[in-house]
Amino acid sequence: MSAVYDKVADILAEKFGVPTDDISPEATFEDMDLDSLDLVEFALAAEEELGVRISDEEAEDLKTLNDTVSLLESKGAKA
Amino acid sequence: MLLEGKHLLVTGVLTDASIAYSVARLAQQQGAEVVLTGFGRGISITRRVAGRLDPPPDVLELDVTQPEHLERVAGELTARWDRLDGVVHAIGFAPPSALGGGFLRTPWSDVATAVQVSTYSFAALAAAFAPQLAKAGGGSVVGLDFDATVAWPSYDWMGVAKAGLESCCRYVARDLGEQGTRVNLVAAGPLRTMAAKSISGFDEFDAAWTKRAPLGWDVTDPEPVARVVCALLSDWTPAVTGEIVHADGGAHAIGADLR
Repeated sequence: MSAVYDKVADILAEKFGVPTDDISPEATFEDMDLDSLDLVEFALAAEEELGVRISDEEAEDLKTLNDTVSLLESKGAKA
Repeated sequence: MLLEGKHLLVTGVLTDASIAYSVARLAQQQGAEVVLTGFGRGISITRRVAGRLDPPPDVLELDVTQPEHLERVAGELTARWDRLDGVVHAIGFAPPSALGGGFLRTPWSDVATAVQVSTYSFAALAAAFAPQLAKAGGGSVVGLDFDATVAWPSYDWMGVAKAGLESCCRYVARDLGEQGTRVNLVAAGPLRTMAAKSISGFDEFDAAWTKRAPLGWDVTDPEPVARVVCALLSDWTPAVTGEIVHADGGAHAIGADLR
């Protein structure tokens, strides 16, 4: 797993209280019990921690953790 | 500066795409001191977004359907400031059944929620802060509207609630006029905010505006709306009350597509 993945997993565990067992590359936000409001907050947290911005529209299209990490990395995120 | 030394309460900041966020940012740039309110689970997002303003304003919890919340926020502002110069009402909500089609099948309980949160709250907010506005010589209350003189695709009971808001604004203006408080709405063109996401037919609005607005319209830029809100909060509209100012590129004035 990449450093960005680890950072995203940390955010989900620490800020959103997702149990670490539920966090995996294929996990969807739904699997992790995160709704659209959580996703907006997640995008803000990721921006603060990783320095790249996910727009609300991009956030809406994200399904799995892998999608999220790919998007962040494609925008140049480095943990 | 336009709002030098003004004390403003701004509701309705959720993300940095919120109209209210632009209002708060511009008001600060124009010299105002700003306090935000947040609601329910969204308050943690509001707090995070507040951190991007300079300086980061305090965020007070305010559910407008709870009279004790209004009382508490009024108390906190009284302790903080000797007067309140302006209040921005950027609050609206309709349950899913009240939006996006199915207008004739929406149950009353959902309509009631839409009207309580989106219409009644304007009067409740104005009433709660009227004493502190009076101490500023009247102050200004500004709400956000979407033109309710016609029916729109999908907007449904939110449109009815906005029609109520337009009327509510006139009555609040009537009753607070004596203490010098100006009460107005800004009717915005469609903007891609979190609130817009809950409207399934939003793209149709978007297309209508592009074709109709003489000045054009950018659905991603709330600043033109926020500027009008700031103007109404300022001392430069002293004889304007009970009014609806359209910040919509002029689309409301045009009867057929221009493009």
